[in-house]
Amino acid sequence: MNNLSRRRVLRGMLNGTAVTIGLPLLNCFLNNNGTALASGAPMPVRFGTWGWGLGMNKSIFVPKKLGLGFDLPEEIAALAPVRQHINLITNSTYFRDNYQNLCHYTGWVIARTGSAPKDTRDIPGETIDVTIANQIGGSTRFKSLTATATGDVRSTYSYENPNTPNSPEWSPLQFYTRLFGPDFPDPNAKEFKPDPRVMVRKSVLSGVKDQTNSLMKQVGAEDKQRLDQYFTGLRHLEQQFDQRLQKPEPIAACQRPGEIKVDPAMGQEAEAIAVRHRMMTDLLVMALACDQTRVFNMAYTNASSSAIKPGYEKPHHTTTHEEPVDMALGYQPTASWFTRRALESWAYFVDAFTKVKEGDGTLLDNVFIYATTDHGYARTHSLDGIPMFTAGRAGGKVKSGYHIDLAETATTRVGYTALRLFGVERPSWGVNSNNTNKEVSEILA
Amino acid sequence: MNSRIRKSVSACRPLVRAGAAALTAALILAGCSKSNEPETSGGPLHLRLISTDQYLHTLAYVFGPSVSLELKFPPMRRTNGLLANGAALAGVTTSQMEQYQRAASSVAAQVVDEDRRNYLIPCTPAAPDKADDACAKQFFSQTGRLLQRHTLSDAEVGEYVKQAGDAANQLKDFYAGLGMVLESMLISPEVLFIVEKSEADPDNEGKQRLDALSMASRLSFFLWDAAPDDELLKAAESGELNSHKGLKREVDRMLASPRLEAGVRAFFDDMFAFDTFDSLSKDATVYPFFTGATVADAREQTLRTVVDHLIHKNLDYRDLFTTRSTFMSPALAPLYQLPASQGWTPYEFPENSPRQGLLTQVSFLATHSHPGRSSPTLRGKALRELLLCQVVPPPPPNVDFSALNNPDAHYPTQRDRVAAHLNAPTCAGCHRITDPTGLALENFDGAGRFRTEENGVAINASGDLDGKPFENITGLAQALHDNPGLPNCLVNRVYSYGSGTAVKPTDRQLMQYFGEEFAADGYKMPDLLRTIVLSTAFSRVDPTKRTAPPAPKKEEPAPQITQNQQSTLSQNGL
Repeated sequence: MNNLSRRRVLRGMLNGTAVTIGLPLLNCFLNNNGTALASGAPMPVRFGTWGWGLGMNKSIFVPKKLGLGFDLPEEIAALAPVRQHINLITNSTYFRDNYQNLCHYTGWVIARTGSAPKDTRDIPGETIDVTIANQIGGSTRFKSLTATATGDVRSTYSYENPNTPNSPEWSPLQFYTRLFGPDFPDPNAKEFKPDPRVMVRKSVLSGVKDQTNSLMKQVGAEDKQRLDQYFTGLRHLEQQFDQRLQKPEPIAACQRPGEIKVDPAMGQEAEAIAVRHRMMTDLLVMALACDQTRVFNMAYTNASSSAIKPGYEKPHHTTTHEEPVDMALGYQPTASWFTRRALESWAYFVDAFTKVKEGDGTLLDNVFIYATTDHGYARTHSLDGIPMFTAGRAGGKVKSGYHIDLAETATTRVGYTALRLFGVERPSWGVNSNNTNKEVSEILA
Repeated sequence: MNSRIRKSVSACRPLVRAGAAALTAALILAGCSKSNEPETSGGPLHLRLISTDQYLHTLAYVFGPSVSLELKFPPMRRTNGLLANGAALAGVTTSQMEQYQRAASSVAAQVVDEDRRNYLIPCTPAAPDKADDACAKQFFSQTGRLLQRHTLSDAEVGEYVKQAGDAANQLKDFYAGLGMVLESMLISPEVLFIVEKSEADPDNEGKQRLDALSMASRLSFFLWDAAPDDELLKAAESGELNSHKGLKREVDRMLASPRLEAGVRAFFDDMFAFDTFDSLSKDATVYPFFTGATVADAREQTLRTVVDHLIHKNLDYRDLFTTRSTFMSPALAPLYQLPASQGWTPYEFPENSPRQGLLTQVSFLATHSHPGRSSPTLRGKALRELLLCQVVPPPPPNVDFSALNNPDAHYPTQRDRVAAHLNAPTCAGCHRITDPTGLALENFDGAGRFRTEENGVAINASGDLDGKPFENITGLAQALHDNPGLPNCLVNRVYSYGSGTAVKPTDRQLMQYFGEEFAADGYKMPDLLRTIVLSTAFSRVDPTKRTAPPAPKKEEPAPQITQNQQSTLSQNGL
């Protein structure tokens, strides 16, 4: 971050790549409204993740054809409307090296951190969304937004460190209130009147920062690290107050959505999850359209999904282990039923970004979404044959509509590609066998 | 030796340490014998993040119940069986800070609003539209002391008064200014983090103990799930809490306080892993009786039973697992096949009822089942892990489910179904540990309703617990009641919860000592709490110890080691 000079930023903006720069841009460029929109520069490129549990059934999921116009086997038939917007990446590998295969854990942790966990409490480093948010998320109202469709506050794939998960928004009502409630700085509001209370709030916050600094001197190294994190939170509040004191630039696509007054039914039925997923997705997409954040995470389910099919006695996770393979079909029919529901939601998620017009295209042109799961074949906890998706065109830097076979190489190549797209400069990503310096060049424009 | 005499014995401990000559005299005078408490090295000093309930309870005690708040901070990470242990590790994210800010803003606005200011603010400003330092000073010294858990220095109060004055003048409103500063106090590290400090222990050369204010907070968050009250802070600040007599008096007062109930509820909610209720749902097509209200009431029923049994009636902890006494609500009645009552009412199951003890309550039966059927394995695992503090290893990743997956097989009952595990050596090891107890609960379906048959076949609920055979649930309840692991596990969890640190193998003797005291006291919860908080171990700390290693550095290569999966059931700490 420190190697960003004003000149470099200017050069970046002229090349149309200012989109990959967040906080540093603010710090050195002194833009008076905190967004790159005012100057007429291209819309920012945003990074997101999407997570589903329990992999897939290869025989009815993996297309026979590679490249553009790939076929849609029955398990992924729901992707037809969004096929041109996504890349389906198959046959990659989570390498556990000398660690155990921690069921429904090792896989997604590698996908998100690049490193195999040593036990089920281990998150070896921050997750990729945190790295990218540190790079681009500093100038918006929210550094990142994390949501889940499970209704469970524990369903998240985003961690600052093992003891600091980014807990998800799980209630559409609360998510609405946080995003579009009374504190929403509507960029298109006719009148702007800074609230004097916000000014006072900001000034009394300095007292809290002083207290934190003096407390930091009294505690050990590990606790100091935690207080440091808390201090970052205070600075974030301060920045939010600052933003509320400035008139936001109008954004044509931004519209406060209809108010959510009551939460939908909580429960783990696949349909209830789908309803929550749609509501959370719509809120998230509008938050992005209003430039409230540039980094987002959605957990459709957690890895050991507890989704329910009404009338079927076991939840998704148990089904993958205990349902017999139908010899005629060649797969577990109920387990596949759950996977198909997940892919319908994935299709909804991608499609939602196309509903917002941005410049000459849509919001989807200016995002890059990385979608991951925990296993290839959940029944046997396989860590090979891993499927992943990307969606969006990252401001024109990424092509979409391809099926790519990674030939058993590391899944981390996709994460590494994302890091590079967002200007995180590092020679490689991942640990031991998951370490890679090879992007998935097939998807780069 | 009865409990009263033994307590007076431990009260003599400082005298015993006073030296050989004094010792003899003290023994004669007071009839003391040396305490049996084994020597311990002390745990680390903690910086604990306050939990949602601790925050809410504290606010309710400081501002009264009229200040209401709908909030839920992110949960702690369950560590060695308890969420409470996660508090010393938890970090704070930026979105969490927003949550704290929103909560603080709501509370502060309520405290200074026109309806409440007259009784929540101890004075009236000379003019409502500008600063009044004297009144602000009075408010911040009183409220700040309770929220920050120590008397504020003149400089600290001065800073708050100045900020409130500036804000009042800026906003032309005394109360608005006061509210803004209260808001900032509510998100300050002094409120959100519980900071422990140590001092030299004058009774034990070379050892450190919590300083009196840290001890007050540790006691209060443990026993009350809230910050210390004025009296406890006074005892700490006057030094009384440092004397055994002063400590004992405060502990007795705390144990007699109605606030103890919240503390005991919080502990059992954590120990029984009731956070799983937050995401519990059942298949409505299979269990139409099981609704959102059932979920909330099932949790409440067990907590009411626990508090009534252990605190109000002061009964033997082990009897919780055989008792027929409980409370019934309209939402629960259908599941228990009873006529609906009006609100919550005490209820006693008849003598021949299969409902005996906590294992047969909906909370246990339903949370440890699948959405559409019961699970002997999940129930057996929960019994082992939550109530006996044992660790049941997860299934191996390469497990062969083919025996279960045979599409031609028809298993009428769960017993037939799980029997398939026992034929596979990789499965049998753990399933022999979980299933025989879980199967004894098969007379209750996945929602907790009683049944006598499954698919037309009579249910066989026999089994054994650690070599003790039984015929049905009544037998399992009695076997659990008599299992020495049951009270030992409680001791382990209570000590860990109160001190904020997982019990380690080196604490074995200490746990044994607490266990013996607990047994001698007739397994009474208040006595156990008293024994633990009055022990030297509870307040002893070793500042050189670390709570946990720092978060790993990015991209650190994983060590090339091979970990053996635990292949046998291991005892945790005991």
